[in-house]
Amino acid sequence: MKILIALKQVPARDFPVDADSARAWIDASALSFEMNEPDAYALEAALQLKESSGGEVIAVSAGPPRVQSSLREALAKGADRAIHVDAGEEAARGADPSVTARMLEAAVREEQPQLVLTGLQSDDTGSGQTGVILAARLGWPHATLVVAIEPGADSVRVKRELESGWFQHVTLPLPAVLTIQSGFSRLRYATLMGIKRAKTKEIRLVGPPADALTGQSLRLLGLAEPRRQKQTQFLDGPPAEQAAKLVEKLRFEARVL
Amino acid sequence: MSRILVVLERQAGAWHKMSWEAAAGAMELGRSLGLEVSACVLGDGVGAVAPEAAGAGAAEVLALEHEALGQYCADAWIEALAELIGETRPAFVVFPHTYQTRDFAPALAARFGRTLMADSTGFAMENGAPVFERPLFQGKLIGRFLFETPAPNFVSFQAGAFRAAPGSAASAPVTVRRPALDPARLRQKPEPPFREAAQAVDLSSAERIVAVGRGIQDEGNLELARQLAATLGAELAASRPIIDNGWLPPDRQIGSSGQTVAPKLYVALGISGAIQHIVGMKGAGCIVAINRDPKAPIFEIADYALVGDLFEIAPAILDALSA
Repeated sequence: MKILIALKQVPARDFPVDADSARAWIDASALSFEMNEPDAYALEAALQLKESSGGEVIAVSAGPPRVQSSLREALAKGADRAIHVDAGEEAARGADPSVTARMLEAAVREEQPQLVLTGLQSDDTGSGQTGVILAARLGWPHATLVVAIEPGADSVRVKRELESGWFQHVTLPLPAVLTIQSGFSRLRYATLMGIKRAKTKEIRLVGPPADALTGQSLRLLGLAEPRRQKQTQFLDGPPAEQAAKLVEKLRFEARVL
Repeated sequence: MSRILVVLERQAGAWHKMSWEAAAGAMELGRSLGLEVSACVLGDGVGAVAPEAAGAGAAEVLALEHEALGQYCADAWIEALAELIGETRPAFVVFPHTYQTRDFAPALAARFGRTLMADSTGFAMENGAPVFERPLFQGKLIGRFLFETPAPNFVSFQAGAFRAAPGSAASAPVTVRRPALDPARLRQKPEPPFREAAQAVDLSSAERIVAVGRGIQDEGNLELARQLAATLGAELAASRPIIDNGWLPPDRQIGSSGQTVAPKLYVALGISGAIQHIVGMKGAGCIVAINRDPKAPIFEIADYALVGDLFEIAPAILDALSA
């Protein structure tokens, strides 16, 4: 099966994220970037499908040149080749996920895979829509929150996670777009051999579609700091002092101990 | 006259409670824009319960009835709602931000050349137009968004974004409509929903909970959280990444894909506070958050915030409790 896995690069966890001076977007100068974790699960799902039923895995990402490091990581883990949709920082943000879907759409149309997999959402903008919009633009069926995939000859039966511990099986014809739930399976690490091989694999550079930023529906006016919803008391001091203050507060103020 | 359309959700034969929060959001949007609200519900045999939807304050209730809507199917929901929206041209279409909405609403909006404003936590009127807010970067920042496209525009409201109005005895005209759905053209073939295994742990009745997140770093460090939970007489729970790693079973997960809890005491150890987790525990009476990032969103809803290394603070709390 020919599978395309769409991945996004997002600010690495544990890095403080702050707005830039104009509060237009984040200050990326001090950030490090990594593969969006839900997309890492989608990559894992794609690699497992290839191992069980053969085929090819193509990783694609839209963004500035830095995204090539995440594509290289996908190649090291076992993707066969990669496509970098060379988009500017602004277009790659995903503030309007339709823009992201547009940038991926051309690559999908050119490659004609049977399955497109992507993470259920990104850890940065987190709107959880790119895969579904991409399916709508392609005219393909889709399923979201997928936790297991059973491939058939011209269809795929997937297990979807519903709310509150419920699940459901859905069968859909190929080609289709699936968005993969985090925790799909344990993630593999790239082997030394894989990292070595990745250096010889192709990352094909394609330009973004000329209309990527037109037809935008949502405009990001700016960023704001979250509002505190409670009168939070910060308990300061060295750990022993923080702990003593907390226990006293829990006993005599909140009265929950 | 254009209206606001709110799409209510039924789940396992009952109203999804986020439906009423979305309805409250739609009413608020309607008051701000001087527009009436129509509520709509899809299903097979929902006409009988449709009058209940009037209690949310809608001026009319539309019941989309079809045998192909008996069980959720993305294509069926998209086709039926696209037909209704095409005919009635609402100014805004409002959804509760449920898993079901996530599955179909982005494609429905795309059908109209629009992008869904997903997961919004509210709006403010600026220059006569609503500016919608939603969390970005795991809740560390808030994005403020304006629609560039003319009506209809689409927005889904996060759990807790609006307080559901108490159901009133208000009535409103109910119209039952039969969408022109061709079952043969629906591509997803859904099977009945099922539960994997009986949930062994009911955290919703726990009085105290100690929950761990990514900050715990390693499976072996869970012992520290176990000790703290045992000392406090608390249940041990976790955010999604811990469950994904297989460190704790799924029935100990708190958040939008796990359990919703409201204990008297909730201790969050190394949990940053992504919205998916917050919606599952913000109803707790007293929230203690321990995290080394002073800007972690969990601190916004915490009563007591301890910034620092949980591997130093948690043992110190154990000491202080036994002192």
